Amino acid sequence: MRAPDWIEISPAGLRLRAADAWIDPARPVARALITHGHSDHARAGHGEAWATPETLAIMAARGQAPAVPHPLRHGERADFEGVAVSLHPAGHILGSAQIRLEGPDGTVIVVTGDYKREADPTCAPFEPVPCDILVTEATFALPVFRHPDPEGEIARLLAARAANPDRALLVGAYALGKAQRLVALLRAAGHEAPIYLHGAMERLMALYAAYGVPLGSLRPVSGAPREELSGAILLAPPSALADRWSRRLPDPLVAMASGWMRIRARARQRGAELPLIVSDHADWDALTATIAELSPREVWVTHGRDDALVHWCETRQIRARALHLVGRDDEAD
Amino acid sequence: MQRFAALLDSLSTAPARSAKLRLIGEHLATTPDPDRGLALAALTDGLALPAVKPALIRALVEARVDPVLFRLSHDYVGDLAETVSLLWPAGDPGHHPPTLAEAVAALRGATRASAPAVVSGLLDRLDPSGRFALVKLATGALRVGAGARLARVAFAERFGLEVAEVEEVWHGQEPPYQALFAWAEGRGPRPAPGEGASFRPFMLAHPLEAPEALDLAAHAFEWKWDGIRAQAVSAGGARRLFSRDGNDISAAFPDLVAALPDAPLALDGELLVRGSDGAPAGFHALQQRLNRKAPDARLLREAPVFLRAYDLLAEGGEDLRLLPWEARRARLERVMAALPPDRFDLSPLVAIADHGALAEARARPPHASIEGLMLKRRDSPYVAGRVTGLWWKWKKAPLTADCVLLYAQRGHGKRSSFYSDFTFGAWGPDGTLLPVGKAYFGFTDEELKWLDRWVRDHTVARFGPVREVEKALVLEVAFEGVAPSARHKSGIALRFPRIARIRTDKPAHEADTVAAIAALARP
Repeated sequence: MRAPDWIEISPAGLRLRAADAWIDPARPVARALITHGHSDHARAGHGEAWATPETLAIMAARGQAPAVPHPLRHGERADFEGVAVSLHPAGHILGSAQIRLEGPDGTVIVVTGDYKREADPTCAPFEPVPCDILVTEATFALPVFRHPDPEGEIARLLAARAANPDRALLVGAYALGKAQRLVALLRAAGHEAPIYLHGAMERLMALYAAYGVPLGSLRPVSGAPREELSGAILLAPPSALADRWSRRLPDPLVAMASGWMRIRARARQRGAELPLIVSDHADWDALTATIAELSPREVWVTHGRDDALVHWCETRQIRARALHLVGRDDEAD
Repeated sequence: MQRFAALLDSLSTAPARSAKLRLIGEHLATTPDPDRGLALAALTDGLALPAVKPALIRALVEARVDPVLFRLSHDYVGDLAETVSLLWPAGDPGHHPPTLAEAVAALRGATRASAPAVVSGLLDRLDPSGRFALVKLATGALRVGAGARLARVAFAERFGLEVAEVEEVWHGQEPPYQALFAWAEGRGPRPAPGEGASFRPFMLAHPLEAPEALDLAAHAFEWKWDGIRAQAVSAGGARRLFSRDGNDISAAFPDLVAALPDAPLALDGELLVRGSDGAPAGFHALQQRLNRKAPDARLLREAPVFLRAYDLLAEGGEDLRLLPWEARRARLERVMAALPPDRFDLSPLVAIADHGALAEARARPPHASIEGLMLKRRDSPYVAGRVTGLWWKWKKAPLTADCVLLYAQRGHGKRSSFYSDFTFGAWGPDGTLLPVGKAYFGFTDEELKWLDRWVRDHTVARFGPVREVEKALVLEVAFEGVAPSARHKSGIALRFPRIARIRTDKPAHEADTVAAIAALARP
């Protein structure tokens, strides 16, 4: 199995040799191609960076803006010393993209970044892009991970709220992507009451709203009278769930929204009384169905449970290898 | 089955005992018969299904799922039942899920040959939660953080009954406990305690607060032995041993149970291990027996148990509990003479003439296995629970040591935002601090806030929910004894440690040594 000579693979990431441009590099570089705004993919300190306008806005909002941003819309092509680069929706979070690379030899490589196939009202849906080599994520690449319908999980959250009118429903969710998706799902389920936010959530919520994602009435937790929080849904980053911040809340019922909540021990570690399985990553069925659908010549696995996905590819006569990239944060979902 | 599965799901993430009681109580009140009774039996280890071996479950999965993916998944998830529940291919949605009663009947009826087809047939009809519950039931280990006693308390509380009343009739009943539910819901009479060897709720003692106010002449005195409370019952040819929380522990103590006489009686006493010198061995010796549900021959030989009896609740079919203590004691002494002395002996009375002698006896008990004094009114009937004014316990003053805080861990439930579990150490021979125990109570709410703040301000490393702190805070730890420990590098572990005082006045280098604490173990 040999990579085309125009691309270099190392634990630090993938690099286009001629243009010296890195894909989602783990350390600051002169030229970077960024799939999406999560901090393990979009790091601070790059010189030039190419990404969707939404991803560049997210990076700027989190203080990770590159010195020279190059917005690239979905489908728009850019030339990197003979390698044609274009971005295509990944369905992961607002602005998330797959990166399609077409080398001078005609070989097409698609880097999925993080992706999912489920509908998500906060971002453009995943676009299957035909390719010779698929570079896929593998966060939930074990057959134990089969995400249920998010609507059902939201129904469980609303049922818990109805059953506990005196308690605050404190939902742990990552501040970028998951939190906005939860709000959108709650609105779609008919929940119109104000949703209260931990301070760390506010800036990115405003950014999503500015991009036209309808989020309804949002209020800060800080300053809200205690009685107003009884029976309300509150969103906070997972790190705040068991922190001093939560002490002021009226008898909080702690929920946690993540694909990891499928595993009981994970739910207990998080102290989540109500584990909600809502994920922004492809589950086992989606990962394998996507490979089967695109039918690439080779599969490269960037991060996650790579051994299981490589094994699955081999049983389907698809050549596969694990890249063992460093610096990816598995836990953030 | 789905309701039972949902109960197990919520129990596994319920933060506190009160939430678990509510969940179980609600389930028992709202689930139809016989499923609720079977759920109660499952939670109280009363189902007695012929256990399906984990190897059978593994073989079933490997016939359906790529064995490599199964192995990787099992490694990742850890728990077999959970892995299987998530990996099992979804069945035909047209199948109706079985009720708990159907599932239990199918598992009961399974033979070695039919078990694979029975188990896989049930799994095909269930969703992931249901499959998890089924594998847990079939392999005989629920482990959902709710023990038998908790389930009985939930039952009693939900239906407004006294736990003691429930426990007294409990062991005469069989799943699905329909007579019990009929009584609880006012549709039937209270079931009779049963012909067989049934449990009688224990009488408990209050801590003695004002020894000087006690009328000594009205009381009898005994040593408080450092074992576990147990009730040995023989009736109608059945022999049983019950623990303090009303669980049948006969299987773990066959040596004692076999020595019970045929003649009906019910003894209350202390379960102890006999040391090589014939006297009670320390609590850690008993601990080995308590850890084993079915002891092997070697353990039975090396750690033989006996009952040091101090009350007689029934004899020859006659209930003695309403007799005054003095009368029961006289009959107990007569009964004991006929029992094998290596397995049953009498807890001696302590002669105490005045308050000076009382304090002296408490301060200097004659044996290491004594943890204080029991004071019983001579006219007291035997009543269930902790009734004020009849029995008192007066424990020895606790031992104390000055230890250094090493690690702190966040608590659970209401304490989940506080560092409230403290691991502390003492100085080892090489001049390093070695852990000797962990305490999570003894402090006031104010002190907890102070400790939480101190931990956050003095963290040197983090491991998940655990913080390692600067070795600078001395805690005065009170404890009941010192036990050998293979888990601690210090080789010792404190028993029942609690934080007695925060010693901000004392520098860490003046804390106690492991050797000094170990020496406290020997009276």
